[in-house]
Parts: sequence; C-alpha cells; structure tokens
Amino acid sequence: MDDEGVVRLDAEYDEARLSAHFEALLAAGERIEPRDWMPEGYRRMLLRQIAQHAHSEIIGMQPEGAWLTRAPTLHRKAVLLAKVQDEAGHGLYLYAAAETLGVSRAELLDALHSGHQRYAATFNHPALTWADAGAIAWLTDGAAVVNQVPLCQTSYGPYARAMRRVCQEEAFHVRQGYDMLHALCQGTPQQKEMAQDAVNRWWLPAVALMFGPPDTVAGGADARTAAMGAAVTRRSMAWGIKRHTNDELRQRFVDQVVPQAERLGLTLPDPGIRWNEERGHYDFGPIDWRVFRDSLGDGSLVARQRLAHRVAAHEDGAWVREAVDAHAAGGGDWREAA
Amino acid sequence: MSSTDTAAYALRLGDDALVLAQRLCAWVTRAPTIEEDLALSNIALDLIGHARTLLAHSGALDGTGRTEDQLAYLRTEREFRNALLLELPNGDFAVTLARQLAYSLYARLLYGELAASADEVLAGFAVRAAKEVEYHAMHATGWTVRLARGTAESRRRMRAGLETVWPYTGELFEEDALTRRLAAAGTGVNPAGIRESWEKAVTAVLADAELAVPAPSWQASGGREGLHTEAFGALVAELQSVHRQFPGGTW
Repeated sequence: MDDEGVVRLDAEYDEARLSAHFEALLAAGERIEPRDWMPEGYRRMLLRQIAQHAHSEIIGMQPEGAWLTRAPTLHRKAVLLAKVQDEAGHGLYLYAAAETLGVSRAELLDALHSGHQRYAATFNHPALTWADAGAIAWLTDGAAVVNQVPLCQTSYGPYARAMRRVCQEEAFHVRQGYDMLHALCQGTPQQKEMAQDAVNRWWLPAVALMFGPPDTVAGGADARTAAMGAAVTRRSMAWGIKRHTNDELRQRFVDQVVPQAERLGLTLPDPGIRWNEERGHYDFGPIDWRVFRDSLGDGSLVARQRLAHRVAAHEDGAWVREAVDAHAAGGGDWREAA
Repeated sequence: MSSTDTAAYALRLGDDALVLAQRLCAWVTRAPTIEEDLALSNIALDLIGHARTLLAHSGALDGTGRTEDQLAYLRTEREFRNALLLELPNGDFAVTLARQLAYSLYARLLYGELAASADEVLAGFAVRAAKEVEYHAMHATGWTVRLARGTAESRRRMRAGLETVWPYTGELFEEDALTRRLAAAGTGVNPAGIRESWEKAVTAVLADAELAVPAPSWQASGGREGLHTEAFGALVAELQSVHRQFPGGTW
C-alpha cells in the first residue's frame, strides 16, 4: 500500500473514532464545544439556526424601535429602550456563538443583507400602532420564550449558554408586553380597540411563523410540508439541537396564551380555540400557510423595507467602521487630509 | 430661594436630557455597528432617567402638581426650556458624537457641582447622574479621537460635526437672573462658572484628536426662553403623538 492509501485509511479510522466520540457525548447529554469534532451536517444546521436567530433579533429591533420616539410615557419609553437594547445584545451573543463555528460576524451580516440567510418572517408584518409594540412583546416574544427555553439545553455549548442569558431577558419582555396591553385594556374604549386590533394582526404570525412549519401531522395541502418538516426535526432532535417538535411547542404556546388573553379581556382571532378536556390542551384552528407564502415572501413590501433599512444603516456606517479599523491599525491615513 | 425658581431650573435641565434622549432614540437600528445601537440606546436610557427625576421634581415644586408625563407630553413647543444644542437634527454619526462630546463634558462638570446643591433632590440626583455622564463622556471622547484619527473621510466628517454643533454650545453657559438667584442660594450651578473647565476639557480631547477647537463666528441662543429651532416642532409632535391620541387614556 502506498503512503497516500495509509493516510486515507488513517483518516477514515479517525473519522469513525471521532464520530463515535461525538455520538457518545450526545448520548451522555454533554455539550459539544467548538474544539470538538462534529459532523459537517451538524455544523451547518447549527449555523443556519443560530444565524437565523441572530438576524431575527437584529431585524426584530425595527418594528418596536420605530415606536421609541413615540412611546406615550417616559416609563414606557425607558422600558422599550431597554427591550430594544436587549435585542441588540441578544444579536451580539448569538453572532458570537455562530462565530465559534468558523464564520465571522461580517460574513453573517453580508449573508443577511444579500438575502442568503433569513430571519423570522414574523417581522415582515408592519407595526402600525403603539399597541403593536405591546402585542409583539406579548405574543412574538412569548412564542420566542417557548422556543428558547428548551434551547438552553441544546447540545452545542456556546448556543446553550447564549440562550440562557437570552431567556432571562425575554421572559421580562413578555411581561412588559402584557403590561402594556393591560394598561390599554383598562383605558378608553378606543385604546382597548387599538389593543384588540394589534392582537388580531399579531396572533397568527406568532402562532404560525415563530414555530415554523408543521412537522408532525397535517392533512391536505400541508401534508408534504409537514413530512419535510418532520424529517428536518427528526435530524435536529437526533443531534440534540431541538428538543421538541414545532407542533409540540406551538401547542405549549397556545396553552399559555389563551388564559392570559382571557385575563386581558382580549379575544384571540381564532374561533377554533376551545379547551379540550380529553387532550388536556386548547384546540386551535388549522393554520392556512398559503397566507404567508403569498403575502410574506422576501419580495413583500415590509420585507423589502426591513432589509433596506438594515442595509442603509450598514452602508451609512461604513465610513465609521473603516475609521475604527484604520485607527486600530495605527496608520496615518487621516494626516493626508489635515 | 423660591421653589418656583428651583422648579424652573429643574425644568431646563430635565428638558435638556429629555430632548437629547429623544434625538438618540432615532439612532436605534440605524447605528454603524450593533455595539453602537447598544451604546446610544443605553445613553438615551440614562438620559430618560435623568429627565424623569428632574421633570417630576419640577412639577412637584412649581405649584401645578404636574407629573413627569404631563410635563413631557402636554406642553407646547414654546414651553420647553432645553438649550438648542440638544434639539439639533442628528446629522451623521460625527455630528451626533460632536454633540455628545460637548454635552457630556458639560453635564459632567454641571452634575459634579450640583451634587453640593442645597436642594436635596437635586443633590441626590446629581451624584447618581454624574457617574452616568462620566461614561457618556468616555464614549464621546473615544469616538472623537477615533474618528479624527481614523481615515481622511472620518476626519473631515468629525471636523464638520464639530463645526456644526459648536455655535450651539455657548448657550449652555449663559447666565440669567434665574441662574444668578439659584447660584447665590447654593441651589443651582452658575453655568458661566464651569465654562473655563469645559473649554479646558474640550481642548484636551481635541488636542488628542489633533483638531483645533472650532471658533464659530456666531452663537445660537433662545432655548431657555422657549424660542426653538424650526425642527423642534416636529420633534415635539413625534414625542407627544401617541400620548395625545386618546385624551384621558391610560398608558
């Protein structure tokens, strides 16, 4: 056997050994760390998920951030500032977690700006009134918490640690969103109407898009989507990235939110919601996924605006980032202008 | 020392903080880096805190019993008492940072002295606020030097930013009958008295940046009497729009 053959055999032997070690770590419920060997598919799935999550935090700052200058009390303004600031911080933790997988933040942002990586399509809905800021925090962040609590135990160490910090802050966001809507519901009839209108518009995006496509059972037109979703979820769960199916988490969210809506005196816009004694869960109506495919593609009005806003900020700031690099490099470029 | 004087003084300082916070809020999601989205929103958050304490104190002392929100949301343009510097449109990042530099160095000196105020609320507030504006000053100082000594373009922009805001800095140090009465009573700070220290601090930063201190040929004034810039009407309209949407509402 020639040398090359020996090397190849060694590599195969090593890969088998490393793979066994990786599987053993997962089986023991231990965390995979950046220096550990991992299958390429695991790395790609994680990177895709963490990047999508990071981008969602950054794009998700926009619908609420737009209300910072109009928040109707100084207390609400301070709380909303703190919330939007938290989202920027979450974006940073998550980009840092993604960077441990060998991709830089600049590359990730480029992928967001060019449309190669996605963010939660939930944020392709417009925030039309002040009450939207409350509905987003209560419903969208509420859904995010349901998704994210299990991710604190996800198999990849840097992601799990980032999620623990994120979850603590998200729980606070949900409470402040609820509190905002509560205040509106105690106010004038028009204020309550504004709250109801916002909940009407944000319910479906939260229950559908924050959890992703069906991945257990679905009939008719969605059967194919569900089968594909189920395959991805199985893979993700086998690797310990996800711990539950999308549909399980969706149910958990509905079970949490229905009693809260009752306490607020707001109606969730789904006539199919009712307690199912037998299942011990709330039933809810089937989601018409076509609505999202039609109105929320990358080409939708709001999607274009979100991305254009993000790209404009990035491009407008290019000269600042160049200055930082030049200054850090200690060069004398600036002297020429002096 | 009349409590209405203290109220009027707290209103000036509170409006400065409120109006600058409002301007900084507009940067969030538009900053050059995510770190700066964080930094500018954090500074805005501190300033909102300052405004809340100062406006609440003003409302408690002016005989009307108005709350912080009644003062922030239900006054007209002409009733605001902030210096014009704080309401200037944001411009580019360099204009905003030039304003941050001028204001944070001023506020650091102001609150440092106000910590000895005979008014316990103002004194307690100033002790806390001085620590916060110390960080704002570090942020602004760091950026001024970095931009001035970054690239040719950043240097050009930083210089232009300083030129834009400098005519508005003089108003921060203007004395009038109110500040003289407050300073005499040991309740407020004589703004003219901190000018020299401010100039020294600014000169040191700009020396590090290898930039000259701008020497504007004119100085803006009028904010303390409620004579604002045209851009201010739009700022106030945006600030108050939701609050005024449903009279008698709860938020």
